[in-house]
Amino acid sequence: MITTGLTPVITEHWDAPDLYTLDGYRRFGGYEALASALKQDPDAIIGQVKDSGLRGRGGAGFPTGLKWSFVPQNDGKQHYLVVNADESEPGACKDIPIMMADPHVLVEGVIIASYAIRANHAFIYIRGEVPNAIRKVAFAVEQAKAAGLIGKNILGSGFDLDVVVHSGAGAYICGEETALLDSLEGYRGQPRLKPPFPAVAGLYASPTVINNVETIANIPFIIGRGVEWFRQFGTEKSPGFKVWAVSGHVNNPGLFEAPLGITMRELLDYAGGVRGGGEVKFWLPGGSSVPMLTAEHLDLPLTYEAMAEAGTMLGTGTPMIFDSTVSVVKAVTRWLEFYKHESCGKCTPCREGTYWITGVLEKFEHGHGTATEMDTLVNLCGQIAGRSFCALGDAAATPYPAALKFFRQEFTDATHTPVDGTFDPVASYVFAPAVAR
Amino acid sequence: MAISETTRTGLREIADRYPSARSALLPMLHLVQSEENEITVEGINVCAEVLGITPAEVTAVASFYTMYKRRPVGKHHIGICTNTLCGLLGGDAVWDALSAELGVGPNEPTPDGEFFLERIECQAACTHAPVMTVDWEFMDDVTPRGACEVIEKLRRGETVRSTRGPVIRDFDATEHTLAFPLDGLADAPSVDSKMLAGLTIAKQRGMKAP
Repeated sequence: MITTGLTPVITEHWDAPDLYTLDGYRRFGGYEALASALKQDPDAIIGQVKDSGLRGRGGAGFPTGLKWSFVPQNDGKQHYLVVNADESEPGACKDIPIMMADPHVLVEGVIIASYAIRANHAFIYIRGEVPNAIRKVAFAVEQAKAAGLIGKNILGSGFDLDVVVHSGAGAYICGEETALLDSLEGYRGQPRLKPPFPAVAGLYASPTVINNVETIANIPFIIGRGVEWFRQFGTEKSPGFKVWAVSGHVNNPGLFEAPLGITMRELLDYAGGVRGGGEVKFWLPGGSSVPMLTAEHLDLPLTYEAMAEAGTMLGTGTPMIFDSTVSVVKAVTRWLEFYKHESCGKCTPCREGTYWITGVLEKFEHGHGTATEMDTLVNLCGQIAGRSFCALGDAAATPYPAALKFFRQEFTDATHTPVDGTFDPVASYVFAPAVAR
Repeated sequence: MAISETTRTGLREIADRYPSARSALLPMLHLVQSEENEITVEGINVCAEVLGITPAEVTAVASFYTMYKRRPVGKHHIGICTNTLCGLLGGDAVWDALSAELGVGPNEPTPDGEFFLERIECQAACTHAPVMTVDWEFMDDVTPRGACEVIEKLRRGETVRSTRGPVIRDFDATEHTLAFPLDGLADAPSVDSKMLAGLTIAKQRGMKAP
């Protein structure tokens, strides 16, 4: 039974064909929050974002207002806002849609956030593989410039801002915020040692705030409608709403905006349930970097705190659903092949570790794993987690132990039988065999 | 092939966008790739010259990012997502079909220079799995047969429209867009029923945010 309703806020007007234009966006009150923000003290804006309790929607869930407040004020230095639009986490597919459907909400959020942290330069770093998001955002920025919403003395406030839309070039690691900064400075995207944190020494060694697209898209609503309004949604520790992207073996995959605290079962219901009336075998709340859960976890509230308690993370809030046709061994192997491919090579545990885990998992996929290797892999993952330079290594060490916890038998089976023998690959396809020519 | 004066001017324009010119390197490499269909030594040298850094420094960057190719791509870049979700939902079958259809493996161009096939990682469109890209534009919810039909249409020079984006041009044109995103195509329809899935239900059932 559904108890939590859908609450379209960010997505409310996505069915308006001209929403991506300035006129379309303004018809629904666009840029009114900006006008209101520019009349307030920047610290008051930071205060409201802090009070709202908004937490970063890129995966880590760090409190946004707190992050902004770490930027030293009146230090005479140039400050920068950088939007992390490098959405590449397997399973995550909500930032790219936001940019394609409503680029101006991002632009308005960028201007307000820049004003709050006293930045005169903002960068929107979009992964290169999505030209259609890049052109939409660039178009919105250009329109905003022409309308005097970006540039010198915005709306007579005395605030100046330049916004640059930047194209990446294919590297998952650039979603890690310090790797993104190196990439934006024109180098290989490799993570930096922290501290110093970006708030103190980020882009060009200056104070920098890096926020996810969806995080920034929340800002105009918080400033425009108020902290109390925002806190009606979600829980004390996880306030607000979320653009949930539900993918996988469901009848009606797509984007569903609802408060934090909705359960996976409720979301699943909106998404039409598991295809063919089947059961959820395993699911991941937000990307391949968070530990998987099973059908017994469907009634947990999707909040940062409840997911942590269940031993996983909310991550990007983009649940992937897998039904009983899927081999967990195959799924995990494929994720590790991804991490191996995307490891930047800077630190040994991740570079070598992803190589070794993948190699051993591929043996299991072909039915050649051994019982000893099941334990060796646990050890190997333990040697990587917490010992890598950045979170990519930790993420790579996540899928296997989580899968082993729930599906040990499948790994045992893979010591003698190839997974394609146990699970017919065709059964997990979403199209009928007839179109597989 | 020499880099044209137009491209050189473009490179300087991109460098001027940033407080520090070197920040421009990624889009600059996209621009030289749009002219040469790959990253050539000449392209690397021109970027180095404009930024006042060494060709070795540019090469270090160009070799790190997967979108920069060190061999000619040809007319169309075809990407098939074979990460876990897309792959298991059918991307693997799409890959097999296209690889057989084109007679090439991963990161290989067809001999006629029409297509370049790549197994790509997550394209941030998992709700539309399995996902294919043509010149990096979305071709969502693809089937093996559907993917092969796209190839046949492109071969015949017919119009192919991205499922969420503009009419397909070619690889070089997309690379140019990555350097100069104001390409006049922002009006391409980009919102589909899956992006509206929640909004549609909310409207049907009269659900609204307070």
